[in-house]
Amino acid sequence: MSTDPKFEFLCRMGDNALVLGHRVSEWCGVAPVLEEDIALANVALDLIGQTQLWLSLAGEVEGAERDADKLAFHRDVWDFRNVLLVEQPNGDFGQTMMRQFLFDAWHLAQLTALIDSSDKEIAAIAEKSAKEVTYHLERSSDTVIGLGDGTEESHRRMQAALDLLWPYVGEMFIGDEVDAAMVAAGIAPDPASLRAGYDQLVGDTLAAATLTKPEDDFAHKGGKSGARHSEHLGHMLTQMQWLQRAYPDATW
Amino acid sequence: MYAQMIKSTGKGIKSLDEMDPEERAFQERIDAGGKIEPKDWMPDGYRKNLIRQIGQHAHSEIVGQLPEGNWITRAPTLERKAILLAKVQDEAGHGLYLYCAAETLGVTRDQMTRDLLSGKMKYSSIFNYPTLTWADMGAVGWLVDGAAIMNQVPLQRTSYGPYARAMVRICKEESFHQRQGFDIMMKMANGTAAQRKMAQDALNRFWFPALMMFGPSDKDSVHSAQSMAWKIKMNTNDELRQKFVDETVPQAEYLGLTIPDETLKFNEETGHYDFAEPDWEEFFQVLKGNGPCNTERLAARNKAWDEGRWVREGLLAHAEKKRSRKMAAE
Repeated sequence: MSTDPKFEFLCRMGDNALVLGHRVSEWCGVAPVLEEDIALANVALDLIGQTQLWLSLAGEVEGAERDADKLAFHRDVWDFRNVLLVEQPNGDFGQTMMRQFLFDAWHLAQLTALIDSSDKEIAAIAEKSAKEVTYHLERSSDTVIGLGDGTEESHRRMQAALDLLWPYVGEMFIGDEVDAAMVAAGIAPDPASLRAGYDQLVGDTLAAATLTKPEDDFAHKGGKSGARHSEHLGHMLTQMQWLQRAYPDATW
Repeated sequence: MYAQMIKSTGKGIKSLDEMDPEERAFQERIDAGGKIEPKDWMPDGYRKNLIRQIGQHAHSEIVGQLPEGNWITRAPTLERKAILLAKVQDEAGHGLYLYCAAETLGVTRDQMTRDLLSGKMKYSSIFNYPTLTWADMGAVGWLVDGAAIMNQVPLQRTSYGPYARAMVRICKEESFHQRQGFDIMMKMANGTAAQRKMAQDALNRFWFPALMMFGPSDKDSVHSAQSMAWKIKMNTNDELRQKFVDETVPQAEYLGLTIPDETLKFNEETGHYDFAEPDWEEFFQVLKGNGPCNTERLAARNKAWDEGRWVREGLLAHAEKKRSRKMAAE
């Protein structure tokens, strides 16, 4: 491992928030109903705020004079450490909310565990973020239930979204050497230890939504290690980072 | 603000003597600075006028999300992205309060939405202009929200209670929007040569469209008198436009930017700036649907509404199921 595992870990937390926050912000002004426009903007705002905290700390830990903006806007695809799930395109509203739910359920469990981190700064960010993510999960699970158990069409669309996204769930629970180093330092939980609680919560919600969890637990991976992102992330970055790269001398 | 060319349904202004007792009491209450509340008697024209005005204002907030939303995914820093997101979210919130205010007059949000999507109801002409560079986020905040505030601040004293109260809340947020717009302009105007060029270009493109936001000149504004008597319009279009120019010119000077009007000059006698009228032919074309982005804006709203239908129906169906399950259990 060439880089500091703590830096890697903080990039993972920050990039998940950044990439998902960006994806959700793509909904601005075109949601199915005005209340959803407001709620989606809220979630995106929270996630961008969390990005600032995680990536600022990552920059400090790295000590190479990169601040949160530098990390967000001047790294290429291979340096991003988000899980594949969050970079998946928005699709329809159902797909967006299913992605949100599958991530929120992991995110809240992860943040809740991080509140007890041996690292006080990480614990503080986790505590603040967990409050926000509690609301995200409440809302995304309500929406998954409402649309899963809604009309025939909404049910069909939610099942399709679940089938599409399920192969991206497993990556969140697969540990590697970065995770092992974090566990050893008492900084973060073993990803695998969060799986049982996740399965319980997701199982209950999907049951209430009358949706069927796919049987195959095959998991795509390569996002959190940066080894192989999907093609979608590069396109996202061409938009997200265009201004900073076109005018590198400017401050905004 | 964002209300332009609101058609009045009254047949000219009646004197108090010409009014029947109900209407006279209504007008006297307004004249004395009182508020009209949803359950109070009001003339049909007052109700219809307000529905059009508040509805147009609400629609403007909704459509107004689009030109700024255009830059959220390209914002240059995390902080700017967060501020812009918060601003656009505020606009959706303003739309919501305003639809609620309009609903107190007996029209539904769904009906107003249908009228927006069909093109029957209008939104402010300004949102039919494109946002082409990041400096446009500055110009929209500084000029467009600045112009909106000119009209909205007096509307806090408008005669219709729910509208006045919505406006109090909206004004607080709008002044924050204007400040963040000006802040973007400052960064750009004091930035690199390319940033200064973007800032000047944004001012060049938004100056006259911002002046148009106040509506046509008083001499051509046929419906103003009745609205002013009803206190649903507090100042004339030209008064507000002049006030906007007087406040904005020194700000442009402070930024080191040039207002694209060679005739602009401070008039010592009047104590105001003399300035060129916008191209009113362009304004009327934009209102007719021929602005640079009318087609895209309406298409974007229609697409969002159509593609969201299954979601609205799904959530409604679920709510129904829940209710009937609960009733069955009781």
